[in-house]
Amino acid sequence: MLELENICWSTPEGVPILKDLSLRIEDTGLAVVTGPNGGGKTTLARIIAGLISPDRGTILLDGVDITALDVTQRARLGISYAFQQPVRFKGITVRDLLELGSGRPIDEAQVCNLLSKVGLCARDYKDREVNASLSGGEIKRIEIASVLARSSKLVIFDEPEAGIDLWSFNGLIEAFEEMKRERKASQLIISHQERILQVADRIIVVENGSVVKDGSRDEVLPSLATFSPCPMGRDAVTGVRL
Amino acid sequence: MNETNALLSLISDWDVLKSEGCAHSIRENGRSVERLSTKNIEIRAKEDGSGLDIYVAAAARGEKVAIPACITAAHIDDLVYNDFHIAEGADVTIIAGCGIHVKNGEEARHSGIHRFFLARGSKVRYEEKHVGTGGKKDTRRVIDPVTEVFLDEDSFLEMDTSQIGGVDSTTRETRGHLARGARLVIREHLLTDGNEKAVTKFDVTLDGEDSAVDLVSRSVARGESYQEYHSTITGNAPCTGHSECDSIITEHGRVNACPALYAAHQDASLIHEAAIGKIAGEQIMKLRTFGLSEEEAEQKIIEGFLR
Repeated sequence: MLELENICWSTPEGVPILKDLSLRIEDTGLAVVTGPNGGGKTTLARIIAGLISPDRGTILLDGVDITALDVTQRARLGISYAFQQPVRFKGITVRDLLELGSGRPIDEAQVCNLLSKVGLCARDYKDREVNASLSGGEIKRIEIASVLARSSKLVIFDEPEAGIDLWSFNGLIEAFEEMKRERKASQLIISHQERILQVADRIIVVENGSVVKDGSRDEVLPSLATFSPCPMGRDAVTGVRL
Repeated sequence: MNETNALLSLISDWDVLKSEGCAHSIRENGRSVERLSTKNIEIRAKEDGSGLDIYVAAAARGEKVAIPACITAAHIDDLVYNDFHIAEGADVTIIAGCGIHVKNGEEARHSGIHRFFLARGSKVRYEEKHVGTGGKKDTRRVIDPVTEVFLDEDSFLEMDTSQIGGVDSTTRETRGHLARGARLVIREHLLTDGNEKAVTKFDVTLDGEDSAVDLVSRSVARGESYQEYHSTITGNAPCTGHSECDSIITEHGRVNACPALYAAHQDASLIHEAAIGKIAGEQIMKLRTFGLSEEEAEQKIIEGFLR
């Protein structure tokens, strides 16, 4: 279980982003953090992953204080993080990245399985460099696959839907649901996306640096926006079709 | 010979090549110590003793020839001239390279002057690897290779050249002359550390219509090391040329990149790119989210970059 107690964080200019935020994430299940832009969702995710340190507050993983641990140490404890803006590497292939994520050599079938979960054909991509030749959507899918390759206790996805087409998006939803069924890791997804909210076990609304709503999907979802069927759903906060 | 064997395994898959029975010549401390010709690849000593003439017959298809050079004694200044004559339509892989092993306070130099004459429609893959081993204090291991390629119509040469460490000073000159439809691809991978210095000079002239060259150099300058990259592509016909120099600097490494293009024909299409910078913090951070330490992440990024 991950527990955040009274987390505060301000920008270097002194603008408060997270204000005494407290939260508890169970060992399994899918929690979605949603809320308006600028509300502190990504900052929260980066603080949990250890990419930035809180100014105040405590983070506990299974009762152990990990506040002072850096990103490497937290990753080794099983916290994984998929970047909202994926990083590009010259010379590192898609296969290399998946192996680095996995922490061990992976065979052809595993490469194929991971890439197919994000809608990519292994034959076309495994030997390609993770560089500027890949489109924004392609690199985003590879980023997600690299995180799926890991054995994690908690997986954080920061706006995984961005840059993904409908077909791949459906595959992504399936991947999230599969992880949920396997009950091997808990998922924390930062998203505005209605379809993702609809598969959540729990929805946490972060606004202006604080948790303003926290409950089951059925409790929280109806209060966010009026939904109507459309292929990729709509932004759950603004109601805008995606 | 033990040190020579160690160097041979660093600069080529020597055991594999030997087991395959490929044509070869091994040069050790300035003299040829082992040589084998095959049906389609003949290796002859030049009459004046300055090096080798290697003749690849038109019937050669997918064959290999290896001519590594090793220096394991101090104060050797080895200069060798090797000429490769590739017959029309031949297809061959040439493995060269040099390793120098000296102790603290010792110096040695190797200068390999290689010329390639590719007849019409022939195809060559040329692999060249340079390395220095042994002492780390007050050594002077110098490797100054010169490669000159003459590509006849529709011939193709792909050159993969790398310096994987331990060479105190190198000036690497490569010149190319391309006829109609000829293509030249060069991939350079260069790592310098400590006080090492590396200078790369590419000079390619595209004389024939539809000739093309693609030069890509990737380098890492660590420690106090210094690198220079000079490339000149001259387009004298309707042709395409691309030169790319990507460098990573760490610690106090320095890199000077100077790509140049000369278009002497209206339909010459020439491009150059040069980028120098440190490893991006986000790249390190991404690999740290996989559980790698900062040092491990940097090493993985460099390994991938130089591959």
